[in-house]
Amino acid sequence: MADQALLNALIELADDHNILSHRLAEWCGHAPILEEDLALTNMALDMIGTARGLYSHAADVEGRGRSEDDLAYLRVEREYRNCLLVERPNDDFAHTMLRQLFFAAFMEPYWQSALTSSDETIRGIAGKSVKEVAYHIRHAGEWVIRMGDGTQESAARLHAAMQDLHIYTEELFHASEAAGHCARAGLLPDRTDLRETWLETLTPIFAEARLEMPEGVPPQIGGRDGLHGEDLGHLLAEMQYLQRAHPGASW
Amino acid sequence: MVAEREKAWAAAASVPDPEVPCVTVADLGILRDVRVENGVATAFLTPTYSGCPAVDFIELAVETALRDAGFDARIERVISPPWTTDWITKEGREKLRAYGIAPPVKGSNSKRALFGETVVACPRCASEKTERISEFGSTACKAQYRCTSCGEPFDYFKCI
Repeated sequence: MADQALLNALIELADDHNILSHRLAEWCGHAPILEEDLALTNMALDMIGTARGLYSHAADVEGRGRSEDDLAYLRVEREYRNCLLVERPNDDFAHTMLRQLFFAAFMEPYWQSALTSSDETIRGIAGKSVKEVAYHIRHAGEWVIRMGDGTQESAARLHAAMQDLHIYTEELFHASEAAGHCARAGLLPDRTDLRETWLETLTPIFAEARLEMPEGVPPQIGGRDGLHGEDLGHLLAEMQYLQRAHPGASW
Repeated sequence: MVAEREKAWAAAASVPDPEVPCVTVADLGILRDVRVENGVATAFLTPTYSGCPAVDFIELAVETALRDAGFDARIERVISPPWTTDWITKEGREKLRAYGIAPPVKGSNSKRALFGETVVACPRCASEKTERISEFGSTACKAQYRCTSCGEPFDYFKCI
C-alpha cells in the first residue's frame, strides 16, 4: 500500500513536470526574441530533468522493470495524472508566463519542504529543483510585471490569461489519496499547506503588475483522476509519436 | 592500495567538462570520490543541473578514462546532497575567469530578488560595470552579460 501510494504520487509530480516541460519546448524556435527562446527551453530542460528523476524513482519503487521512458511514452491520456494547469495550451506569451509563474510559485515551497523528506532520492531531487525553480519564478515574475505594467496590448493579454488560467490553480492544493498518504508518511510535502507561501510570492508581483486574481469562481479540477481536457491528447500524440510508431526505438 | 586510488583519482579528475572544457570534473566539484576495490574503480559523480544533457557524456568519459588507466570502471550517480556552485574549487574559478566566463557570485540566487542587482565583474577587464543581457545562456548553467566598460559580452556561471 505504502509503495503503491508513493508510486502514484511520484507519477503525479513527474507528469506535472513532463507535461509543462513539453509545453515550454513547443516554443522552441517560436519565441518572440532569441533570449526568450533560450530561456523557455532552458526551463523546459530543468523540468524534464526533474521529471526524469521522478519517473526513474517511480520505476524503482514499482519494481516491475518499467523504465522512465515506459512511464513517459507508453501511458495513455487517462493514465496521465498531471494537474490541468500544466496542460493548458501555450496560447500567447502572457498565458505561458502566467502559467509558469503559478506553477513555479507553488513548486518552490513544495521542494523547500521536500528537502526534509524521509526518502533520500526525493531529498536529492528537491535539493536540485528548489534552486532551479527560483530562477523560473524570477523569470516569469519579471515578465508578468513587464506585461501587466506595460502597454495596453500586453496588459490586456495578461488580464485575459488571468481569466483563463486562475480556475486551474486550486488543483495545485488538492491532495489525491496517494499524495495525502505520502504527506502523512513524511515522504512528500502536504500540498494543502502551501497556499500561504504561494500567495506571499504572487501578491507583490501581481501588485506591481497591476493584476488581480478573481475570487469566488468555481475551480476546475480532475487531472489527478485522469480527467483531462482535449488538449492533453494532442500533446501526447506528438510527444509519444516516435515510441508508438517505432516501439522500443532508442538512441 | 593508496597508490592505486591516487592513480584512479588522477585519471578521473583529468576529464574536462564537455561544455566548459577549460575546467575538469574535479575543478567543478562534480567528481565526489573515487574508490578502488579488487581492481574495480568506482567514480562517484553528482550532476550539476537536473536536466544537464552532458551528464551521460561525462559519465562515459570518466568511465573511459578509468579504463584507459587500467581499471575495471564503474560509475555511481549521487544526487544527494545536490551539487552547488560552492563546490567549484578556487582553481576552477580562476580557470573559468581566464577562459572568459565570470565565476558564480555567492548568494546571488534569491527568488525574491526581482530585478535584483548581482554585481558580476567582467572576466576580461575586471570592471564591475556590467549588465545582464539574459538570465539564461548557451547552457543551463550560464547567463549572458555584457561589460559596459570594455564592451565585452561574456557568460556568467550562475550561482545555484
